[in-house]
Amino acid sequence: MTVAETGAAPARQASIRPRTATQRERWLRRLPLLPALIYVVVVTQIPFVVTLWYSFENYFWDQPGGATFAGFRNYTTAFTNAAFRGSLVRSVVMTASSVIIAMVLGVIFAILLDRKFFGRGVVRTLIITPFLIMPAAAALVWAGPMLDPTFGLVNYLLQPFGVHHVAWLSSDALISVIAVMVWQWTPFMTLIVLAGLQSQPPDTLEAAKVDGAGALATFRELTLPHLRPYIELGILLGSIYLVNSFDAVRLMTNGGPGTSTTNLPFYLYQQVNYAFDVGGAAAAGVITVILTIIVATFALRLFARVFQFEEAGV
Amino acid sequence: MTAASVRPSQPRPRQPRRREAYGRAGWGVVAWVVGIAFFLPVFWMVLTAFKPESAAETWPPRFVFTPTLAEFRLVFSGMGPYLTHSVIATVGSTILVLLLGVPAAYALSVHPVKRWRDGLFFFISTKMLPIVAAIGPLYVIAQHAHLLDSIWLLIILYTAMNLPLAVWMIRSFMLEVPGELLEAAQLDGAGRVREITEVILPIVSPGLISTALICVIFAWNELFLAINLTTTNAATMPMYLISSVPQEGLYIAHLSAAATVASVPVIIVGWIAQRSLVRGLAMGAIK
Repeated sequence: MTVAETGAAPARQASIRPRTATQRERWLRRLPLLPALIYVVVVTQIPFVVTLWYSFENYFWDQPGGATFAGFRNYTTAFTNAAFRGSLVRSVVMTASSVIIAMVLGVIFAILLDRKFFGRGVVRTLIITPFLIMPAAAALVWAGPMLDPTFGLVNYLLQPFGVHHVAWLSSDALISVIAVMVWQWTPFMTLIVLAGLQSQPPDTLEAAKVDGAGALATFRELTLPHLRPYIELGILLGSIYLVNSFDAVRLMTNGGPGTSTTNLPFYLYQQVNYAFDVGGAAAAGVITVILTIIVATFALRLFARVFQFEEAGV
Repeated sequence: MTAASVRPSQPRPRQPRRREAYGRAGWGVVAWVVGIAFFLPVFWMVLTAFKPESAAETWPPRFVFTPTLAEFRLVFSGMGPYLTHSVIATVGSTILVLLLGVPAAYALSVHPVKRWRDGLFFFISTKMLPIVAAIGPLYVIAQHAHLLDSIWLLIILYTAMNLPLAVWMIRSFMLEVPGELLEAAQLDGAGRVREITEVILPIVSPGLISTALICVIFAWNELFLAINLTTTNAATMPMYLISSVPQEGLYIAHLSAAATVASVPVIIVGWIAQRSLVRGLAMGAIK
């Protein structure tokens, strides 16, 4: 991907699009979009409308007689429920810390991989593997063979540093879960940042070198601004997937010890599957969605900026 | 400060060049250490899978042992239905994503609809609504539609899950198609359908492959929807993994074998296609 290509695309669009599109032409353009649009509206929006409906209902799986109107009771319960608020906070902590750490590591690894050295392709292959492994498999392998207090490999490797049979999933549960999420998403961040580094025009870097700019100054003044849209995208996509992360919590700690690793997905899973409380879970879901929309509005602004980059030909 | 940066006008002396070479080797060593550290859990998983159960839970951990295929045999004999469900859900949803995504991406790039930006934002915004929030009602809807514990339900949901990202990626690949080719096709009197099948698809097919790959990875690995909405008739590979953890007894080698078998297909495909994977992600990133 070069600067020239990015700049060329919108110009071409403008030349193809006729000045006055007729009614027929407009429908001809819309037609290919409709199946996907209708599909996504039906499959992703209807469940949320139904969620809104159930959030005002008193509805338990295990009670006969179906749902009855509950008014705002589910909402007042959710707001006063410490378990729900706790899971909300933990979701934010888990998502933010894992995304940020993964991105910092991703930038460092991408810089490492951008240099020429012996076996670069092999090292890149090794580094991307955690992203490809099934999250459920990763969680189980970390919980068992890696972190087990009696036979785990991590304790064995840390023995020279004075670590003796630490039960990581009891003593440092939240950190362990975050560490596994970081391990799985660092490769993704590395790939995106690496693509950004490799799309950097080499002549500007040469020019900076000739001008006598140090490596650090070059990175701060030239490379980092160039990487910015890539970093923003990585953070955005990482957040979208990590805020929903369920596998590591369910399979490593089952939300515990106590509720110390219960994030929102796991809390809602428990509400539906063990408390049979559809109405309560729906109210919690609606609150989650509203909070997400607030966060996503800012995220979408980021996207808007990315598209401005595109149109400016940057 | 090197000698070269003090006196830039002089030709480079020998010493810094050698230092540069050492520096390069040093970076290489650091990169190798990082790569091996990140790969270590995967290596340990595969190694443990070849252990007899008695050698898997020892202190200190054993690196030398007599390898056995016993646990793999157990896994292969038990995973049949789970594997079938996973393959059907993954392949089915990926095909559906491409069938819906290619025309949609076309309508957002080559001959864009008037408000293509809003359309694109709508697709992306659906990814931001956490599906977990709707899991209870989703269960009720599936129950009423008689789709609970059905492979069709997973195909439908995985398609919706992957379609936004796919539309976005395919669109960026379509923007790469040279305008002259499209104009030439139009002069030849090619309609919209022929334009897609004869001009655009051959050019974007590598992009479609990397898009399909991303969809396969996410669908194959998905657990939350599967665990909540299926039990036996549509249970997928991640659920087989969970079932391979018994309540008591030694199971670490068996678990590792199951995890290896479940992960290896995607890992190998990802290794082979890593270049197009990077390209696909980055293209989605900026365009």
